[in-house]
Amino acid sequence: MPDSAIVAESLSRSFGDLKAVDELSLEVAEGEIYGFLGPNGAGKTTAVRMLCTLLAPTSGRACVAGFDVAKSPHQVRKRVGAALQSTALDAKMTGRELLRIQGRYYGLNSAEIANRCEELAPILEMDAIDRRVSTYSGGMKRRLDVAIALIHSPSVLFLDEPTTGLDPSSRVKVWEEIRHLNNHMGVTIFLTTQYLEEADELADRVAIFNSGHLVAEDDPEELKRQVGKDVIVVNLGCSATDAEAVLKDVSGVEHVETSGTELAISSSQGAATISPVALALSAADLPVVELSLRTPTLDDVFFNLTGERMDEESHLSSEIAEEEAA
Amino acid sequence: MSSEAPARGVAARGVAARGVADRDRGFWGDLAAVANRSLLQLPRDLASIIPALFVPVFFYVVTIGALSGIANFSALEIDYKAFQLPVAIITTVTGLSRAAALVTDIKDGYFDRLLLTPVNRVSLLLGLMVADLTVFLALCIPVVGMGLIVGVSFPTGVLGVLIFIAMGTLWGLMYTGFPYAIALRTGNPTAVNNSFLLFFPFVFLTTAWLPQENLSGWLSTVATWNPVSYILEGMRSLFVDWDGVAIGKGLAAILGVGLVAQIFAFMALRRRVQNP
Repeated sequence: MPDSAIVAESLSRSFGDLKAVDELSLEVAEGEIYGFLGPNGAGKTTAVRMLCTLLAPTSGRACVAGFDVAKSPHQVRKRVGAALQSTALDAKMTGRELLRIQGRYYGLNSAEIANRCEELAPILEMDAIDRRVSTYSGGMKRRLDVAIALIHSPSVLFLDEPTTGLDPSSRVKVWEEIRHLNNHMGVTIFLTTQYLEEADELADRVAIFNSGHLVAEDDPEELKRQVGKDVIVVNLGCSATDAEAVLKDVSGVEHVETSGTELAISSSQGAATISPVALALSAADLPVVELSLRTPTLDDVFFNLTGERMDEESHLSSEIAEEEAA
Repeated sequence: MSSEAPARGVAARGVAARGVADRDRGFWGDLAAVANRSLLQLPRDLASIIPALFVPVFFYVVTIGALSGIANFSALEIDYKAFQLPVAIITTVTGLSRAAALVTDIKDGYFDRLLLTPVNRVSLLLGLMVADLTVFLALCIPVVGMGLIVGVSFPTGVLGVLIFIAMGTLWGLMYTGFPYAIALRTGNPTAVNNSFLLFFPFVFLTTAWLPQENLSGWLSTVATWNPVSYILEGMRSLFVDWDGVAIGKGLAAILGVGLVAQIFAFMALRRRVQNP
């Protein structure tokens, strides 16, 4: 990859016996949005902290913006910005003061800081910029956090779960700003998230990270294509535990997964299989409340690779669906 | 995926490369930037500063009111009001620091944000001490003014007053190493608050109430070994005449304790920077 903004080679970090990141190797091209997807506790934040020089790797190496994070951390810091998981703001300061102070850390003069504030106006709530941060909403704080991370025009931006804890409306605004930064300012973005839909929505490529290991990495559509199967989702009026046996001999059914009253049925020919599934359930006196056919999601990819489900997606999807409906 | 076509390669790089990669502010520039924030915080944090002035002033007034008769039977060379003024200064500045603000920065993640910048790591601590220095000067000057109002005089003149304030301020500054070390090591506000306990043996097991000659038993022994006794004696000497030995011992005591405290603080900083 000739224009790599981030390169990691066998990057590892242990805390005692716990290997939080194990032999992570990846490359992120300049100008790319790279989604780093994994559940809570997967080791995403540890990986980000190593890449942005906050944490020394136990072994392996990484280069960010052309410099080794362990050998030339000072050079890396000049070229990267980061908005970490919790908004790092001084509540007693105003937004403008924090931007000015941050600019000073990078050697910007007053005029340059004022210009940058103007450029970052789409991210900031300019009406609130002279108010103390303690009066800001969660979404305003997050956007200010991102703006502060961008004050010195970094070429690489690390966003560690930038929308966790935000309401759906604020999430959508942050997504828009991430797209804007990438499209119009050319910033390479390393985005960690536990939200499948967020990675699907924003990332050019997605890495699936679980228990300290990179388990897959590709374009989101390609990852979904690798799963290859349609998914028939059935919501029963009763427990779905008996349905697995009912469906195992139905033509076209390849795999059945149950969760409460819900069934997820994998099939290479979803459209042709949906009717036999409905008939079989009806014949077994299992009342079907809802039945739908969908193409694979990143959740299916994650399940296919790890054997586990990420729980957050449905929560996020439903929240956004509610917001859009409103 | 985004509905907009993503920018790529050189075109994208050209937009984002207007950064500050080639700049280097140098140590003093970094120190000024960190100190600037600490100084901005001060007027918003008066609740933690004003009591630091009120308590010593209260003790000073009560002590000189209640114990001034000690001068009649002790080996005091000076008025008890003057004898107590260095104690008021030392109790004002000892243990006072921006360590609580530092813990808040650590807990809120702002310290990580600082570590993500190219700012010189040493300036992260020294910048806070610039604010401490400002506070100490702002507190020492009114305490000395109060002493002058109640009749304390400096035969050593204006220079004596300045050295008196400088010794108190320097002691306060050196002592900040202890609360900063605790703040950086623990990141725990309770531990920082409890570091105040160190203050008691340092300040009260000394010649704070009586001259060395009038102390007896274990207190006399402890006071002899307590460096703060020498700081008090050095400051008190300014109420009599120029005494280079007393001032020199006082400064040596400040620098000795300060060296230990600051080594602890910068070791804790190094540890925190390496393992934030």
